[in-house]
Amino acid sequence: MKNTLSFLKQLINTAGLSGYEASARRLVEEAWRPLTDELRVSRLGSLYGLKRGCGSSSQQKTPSVLLAAHIDAIGLMVTTQVGEFLHVIKIGGLDPRVLPGQAVVVHGREEIPGLLVQPPDHLLPSRLKNQPVPIEYLLVDTGLSERALRKLVRTGDVISFAQAPLEMGEMYIAGHSLDDRAAVAALTEMLQLLQRRLHYWDVWTVATVQEEETMSGARTAAFELQPTIAVAIDVTFAKGGNDGSQYRLFPLGEGITIGWGANIHPLIHKQLKECAEEWEIPYKVEPIPHRSGTDAWAMQTARAGIPTAIIGIPLRYMHTVVEMVSLKDIQRASRLLAEWITQLEVDVMEKLAWDEG
Amino acid sequence: MKEENLTPAKSSLRIGKPQLKLLEQLCNACGVSGAEGEVRSIVLEQLKPSLGKSPLWDKNPSVDVMGNLIAHIPAKEQPSVKVMLAAHLDEVGFMLTKDENEGFFRFDVIGGIDKRLMVGKAVWVGKEHIAGVIGAKPIHLASEGELERSIAVEDLRIDVSPENKSKVNVGDRATFAAPFQQLGDSLRAKALDDRLGVAALIELLKQSYPHLELFGAFTVQEEIGLRGAAAAAYACSPQVAIVLDCTPAYDLPHWEVDRGKVEETVYYNTQLGKGAAIYVADGGMISDPRLVRHFIQIAEEQGIPYQIRQAGGGGTDGGAIHLQHEGIPTIAVSVPARYLHTPYSLARISDWQSVLSLVHAALMKLTPELLTEER
Repeated sequence: MKNTLSFLKQLINTAGLSGYEASARRLVEEAWRPLTDELRVSRLGSLYGLKRGCGSSSQQKTPSVLLAAHIDAIGLMVTTQVGEFLHVIKIGGLDPRVLPGQAVVVHGREEIPGLLVQPPDHLLPSRLKNQPVPIEYLLVDTGLSERALRKLVRTGDVISFAQAPLEMGEMYIAGHSLDDRAAVAALTEMLQLLQRRLHYWDVWTVATVQEEETMSGARTAAFELQPTIAVAIDVTFAKGGNDGSQYRLFPLGEGITIGWGANIHPLIHKQLKECAEEWEIPYKVEPIPHRSGTDAWAMQTARAGIPTAIIGIPLRYMHTVVEMVSLKDIQRASRLLAEWITQLEVDVMEKLAWDEG
Repeated sequence: MKEENLTPAKSSLRIGKPQLKLLEQLCNACGVSGAEGEVRSIVLEQLKPSLGKSPLWDKNPSVDVMGNLIAHIPAKEQPSVKVMLAAHLDEVGFMLTKDENEGFFRFDVIGGIDKRLMVGKAVWVGKEHIAGVIGAKPIHLASEGELERSIAVEDLRIDVSPENKSKVNVGDRATFAAPFQQLGDSLRAKALDDRLGVAALIELLKQSYPHLELFGAFTVQEEIGLRGAAAAAYACSPQVAIVLDCTPAYDLPHWEVDRGKVEETVYYNTQLGKGAAIYVADGGMISDPRLVRHFIQIAEEQGIPYQIRQAGGGGTDGGAIHLQHEGIPTIAVSVPARYLHTPYSLARISDWQSVLSLVHAALMKLTPELLTEER
């Protein structure tokens, strides 16, 4: 768990915004290299790791499972420079109310630390007095002069959050981009567990790109790798301090979730549940009535359709720079995946029949 | 000019690495109004080695009942002027007010913080700087129109995680967790208001002004009503007071988006990079015109960058000091900084240098005659 904490801290200390994931991917590559048999980068920038199953030597095509966790992060992009200030637009879903006062890094010709600010009321249209300030009025101040800034930054440069990871005791960590790098850490832990296991199936761990924008990483990975089954590991909503009367929330640090709904193949759901019961891994069923908002949504309809499932790691304050997650829950996700994969038999697919069949 | 540059007093007043290091230490310390101890102990540590004895009290510097730290340096020559220099130790922040279990705490705000700036921030709680966060409801779960409404403080919580819930207590103070960083020629940190003044005052007290009896007052509770300074000024009873503070720079673009253009910003209060900000009048005090003239004259003579802070609301410890006893001629000089009372503020090193140089030069030339001029 100590390793996971330091790996995760490293991961969320790097930018890797949607479409610009290289810095985060390099860290994952380093971690996965000793744990996988093959490692390659896709055309769009996703990282594919293959851990071969012992069924690989048999005559028939080895079944494979694709486990997807996204490495991209939400953030901002420069729209224009006015004087010594930058205007920005968001990348991914951001509540503009959490933005003023954040430390950021502008990824221009070099990395420039800055501050995202809200101008004082008297310099804004009067209707905004005491109201949340829309993102088009927010500015980035780098402390540099207009001239110096013009040399280093141009329209389209990405801006990441600079909130340092916060260790909250030994079991909890807070910071930005834990959505979904907490799941990347879970996959890494799972690969470590699988080193001492026998499994028939080939296992593709995939660090997907652009989940927060178009899900193109997961979509193309499912096409290219043609897995027998695909699972998205993503964060889900944990009850925080100010969520009001929201009911659709899970307790933090008390177990993972196993998704249920149109995006999930019922029999894989059942398998995962039974596996969690057998190994006494605490979990809750997460009803996902329609669009899941995870990589599973894009993977399910790749090629002629792929059976998919979703594992959720509860996380407080999603899409803020102070997301909070429990290392225990990360460990539970990795454990469940490792046990399930170890139990996967060669002929699982033949049993994946619908009730009516 | 040449001679001036060679005097050791002036050259030793350059802001260099040690001064920036001290400022970093001061800014990263937490000293919310009423709980300034952590900052006070840094100041104490700094002053102890250089400060001699005072005939006024056993221990110099002394700490009064409110928590003000006052250093006293008697004059070595006569005639002398009795001068009080003041900078406030405290900063705006929070107090935990109710434990709601699982690591969630209700809190109240201490000092003027825009309620729109709290959500989604990290905080340091208590003496141990336990990490906490003021979270936001995920955007995915927001209801129709919710993002267009600002969030009341009553609806926010400080969350220290289930594991650390018993490491903090109701009554603990908290500040934004906003570590100091140098950005080129600028500084980004919390509490630059007024640690810039505190650090400058520490430097000034290490200089020698034989013609002055000097009181260096590091005051408490400025942010909740200039309360420490009132008591300190009574105790020091100076002939002249100089307040070192930090004042907002509103030198940002003025958006008239409805008309699709940027207007010139007329009410900027002060501007970054334009030098030390001399107060003429603010919400609490009209600066003594003799002192204003003296400071401007010195700045002009010595080529020290300065600007006049635009008159208007807001104020400094001067508002309380000038009312003490029969009245104390007072002036305030500030380092301009943007985004005060938010998680991070931003200032230029050059402006800080200007304040330090200007106050030093003004003290060197301060004579009793100045006070005999007609006000």
